[in-house]
Amino acid sequence: MTLQDFIQRVARIARRETIRIMSRPLYLFGMVLAPVISLVFFLSLMHEGLPTNLPIAVVDQDNTTTSRTLIRQLDAFEQTRVVMQTYSFAEARQEMQKGKVYGIFYIPENFEQEAVTGKQPKLSYYTNGSYLIAGSLLFRDMKTISVLANASVGLQTGTAKGMTEEAIMGQLQPIVIDTHAIGNPWLNYSVYLNNTILPGVLQLVIFMITVFSIGTEIKQGSAREWLYMGNNSLFVSLIGKLLPQTILFTLMGGLLCATLYGFNAFPLHSGWMPMLAAMFLLVIASQAVGVFMIGVLPTLRLGLSFACLFGMISFSIVGFSYPLPAMDPTLQALGRLFPLRHYFLIYVDQALNGRSLFYTWSEYVWLIGFLILPFLIGKNLKRALLYLKYIP
Amino acid sequence: MKEEFKLSYIIKEGIRDMFYIWKEELKNVFKDDGVMIFFFLVPLAYPVLYSFIYNNEVVHEAKMAVVDQCDSPLSREFTRRVDASSEVQVVNQVGDMAQAKHLVDSKEAFGILYIPSDFSKDLHAGRQATVSLYSDMSALLYYKAFLLTATEVSLDMGAEWTARNHPQSTEQLQAITVRPIPSESVVLYNPQNGFASFLVPAILILVIQQTLILGIGMAGGTAREKNRFRSLVPITKHFHGTLRIVLGKSLAYLLLYVVVCIWVLILVPRFFSLPQIGNPSDLLLFLLPYLLACIFFSITLSGFVRDREAPMLLFVFTSVILVFISGISWPMYSVPPFWKAVGYIFPSTPGIQGFVSINSMGATLNEAAHFYQVLWIQTGIYFLTACLVYRYQIITCRKRLIRQYQALKKRR
Repeated sequence: MTLQDFIQRVARIARRETIRIMSRPLYLFGMVLAPVISLVFFLSLMHEGLPTNLPIAVVDQDNTTTSRTLIRQLDAFEQTRVVMQTYSFAEARQEMQKGKVYGIFYIPENFEQEAVTGKQPKLSYYTNGSYLIAGSLLFRDMKTISVLANASVGLQTGTAKGMTEEAIMGQLQPIVIDTHAIGNPWLNYSVYLNNTILPGVLQLVIFMITVFSIGTEIKQGSAREWLYMGNNSLFVSLIGKLLPQTILFTLMGGLLCATLYGFNAFPLHSGWMPMLAAMFLLVIASQAVGVFMIGVLPTLRLGLSFACLFGMISFSIVGFSYPLPAMDPTLQALGRLFPLRHYFLIYVDQALNGRSLFYTWSEYVWLIGFLILPFLIGKNLKRALLYLKYIP
Repeated sequence: MKEEFKLSYIIKEGIRDMFYIWKEELKNVFKDDGVMIFFFLVPLAYPVLYSFIYNNEVVHEAKMAVVDQCDSPLSREFTRRVDASSEVQVVNQVGDMAQAKHLVDSKEAFGILYIPSDFSKDLHAGRQATVSLYSDMSALLYYKAFLLTATEVSLDMGAEWTARNHPQSTEQLQAITVRPIPSESVVLYNPQNGFASFLVPAILILVIQQTLILGIGMAGGTAREKNRFRSLVPITKHFHGTLRIVLGKSLAYLLLYVVVCIWVLILVPRFFSLPQIGNPSDLLLFLLPYLLACIFFSITLSGFVRDREAPMLLFVFTSVILVFISGISWPMYSVPPFWKAVGYIFPSTPGIQGFVSINSMGATLNEAAHFYQVLWIQTGIYFLTACLVYRYQIITCRKRLIRQYQALKKRR
């Protein structure tokens, strides 16, 4: 086959594929609408970056100026809102079980009096561990206010003894921790989650659409026609078929990058190229995995189920929420098999931290390595395309 | 009056047909490997897989590099204590920040603890000494582990330091100088503050809804593909009433999912010792409307599915959205009103919150009343929509049949 012949055949199959895509709304739903819906959903859900005004209950058994000041200060924190004040702890706990408050701040009886007289009254705060994000944020605020209360009483007694503020703080809290969250100093959840979830959705639909578009050829009995157009070469036929999808998915990936790094101005310390390249490689690597899936399970429903399950698992195993090195060792090895995992590592190195490519090139190579998969399963897939009869 | 118009006859026939349809549907499920994947394989394997992924709950021994420019007994003690904690492990001590940064860049560590050269001097002079913590933000749990451990060590060591330098006459006085107002934090309903106990219960509930949607949607698609008129209802005498079809099919799915629920919601949490402190009878009462709402919802959706593979392309990606819309990870109070309203379309939203309340937090049905009510309302609405879907199918099917009959007659 000459190069010209090759290009002609690929173009003809690509045109056929474009018509197939346009004539079935299901394709456009999967390729365009599903990623766009997810994009709009996640970015609007987390547009604040951090959840604000999380409801807590205060059990104030002291009810003095001191306790009320403490409550007011707690309420003034951005993440915390005091929605309930009560005398009874049981009542507050019930509100927590109803899911109406995520934390309880407890001020004991005679708090003010005991604090002044040096009887060490104890502040307690409770967070709901079933709501991990809300719980951790409230923990931070309530811990801060407790430490502040400690310091203010210490300052009062210290000043009464004629000590300087520096000396008092040196006594109350001799060692302070100065924290730097590299790359995401705002602890912005939208930055933290959406940089991985959204490419994950894209990977999922690429798996499914790739499997679907090849599987329907078998199901509808048009596989031989398709192969024939490619001069019975699976390579030519696949290139022609996947090319229009590659273009559309790459455009979707570009839209994703533009929204994240352009419109939302998320950290992009590496500049655009490393991330756009990673996005393109994620697209073609996912397509290659899709071809592999339908090659292994050439029945549409089974291949597609495989694509769904694998695509969904990747959200967990990629390790952006719960880190992969903290998982079981078998899972750490399995993580390598997901294109999204490598994309995630590139994102962390490049966009988030702006590290030198020296630390990241192997992940790019991994993504390119996925392109070998279709060749491993080609024989099986071709046999299926030629001889498999679809049984409903 | 003819016998077949009597109410008692219709009811009797309806019930007979209902059980016929129930049996047929069960047969269909077991014959169809695609549906079997979603009704059995996924509910069987997924919960185990997810529990396995998150089973370690918290990050142990997060790797940290230390730059100790002070190199005094005090700074070494600080490092030793950080290393001794279960959350953090000091993997390397290096001379300067550039080396530490290289360790983080090459993923040999995920955080840096920097102890400045005047650390010891400040402490001895009675001033506050500062220790800097730098954390890689690829996973928030690392940050959390580093911050909590460093804070804990700094408070403990600080208190001991003050006590040593300002000896008081009594232990009581000593305590007052160090900590005039002590405080304690308690994490409720998730003693380890772990990831599995937080996320897996939500996933378990979601798996039930999503597999029902996919399985029933697939079964519906298959029915259409096999049908002469691409309709959901076959043309036999048993399928001519809406109620008997909806009830018969629902009963079949309900029966299967009682078994599935036992595995997903009772056995799996037990194997992986996830929180499970709910009252069993409350839990059962709560799950009934959840299952019914999911089944009727899925039947309604299956009315819009043309072929058997479409449900996967249409609904699978929603799982990620539904986890976040349920209010379990992103707090409900911060969900924008529009998405909150969208969330109420899906049984999983009240289902997850109610299940977590009862199962993980030990709430009674009374305390979870709001979610319980929403589920029953959804059950009612989706029952009606499911009936509408099948009513429409029966009518169009009949019309087509009549049209075809007339066409045949004309030709003759």
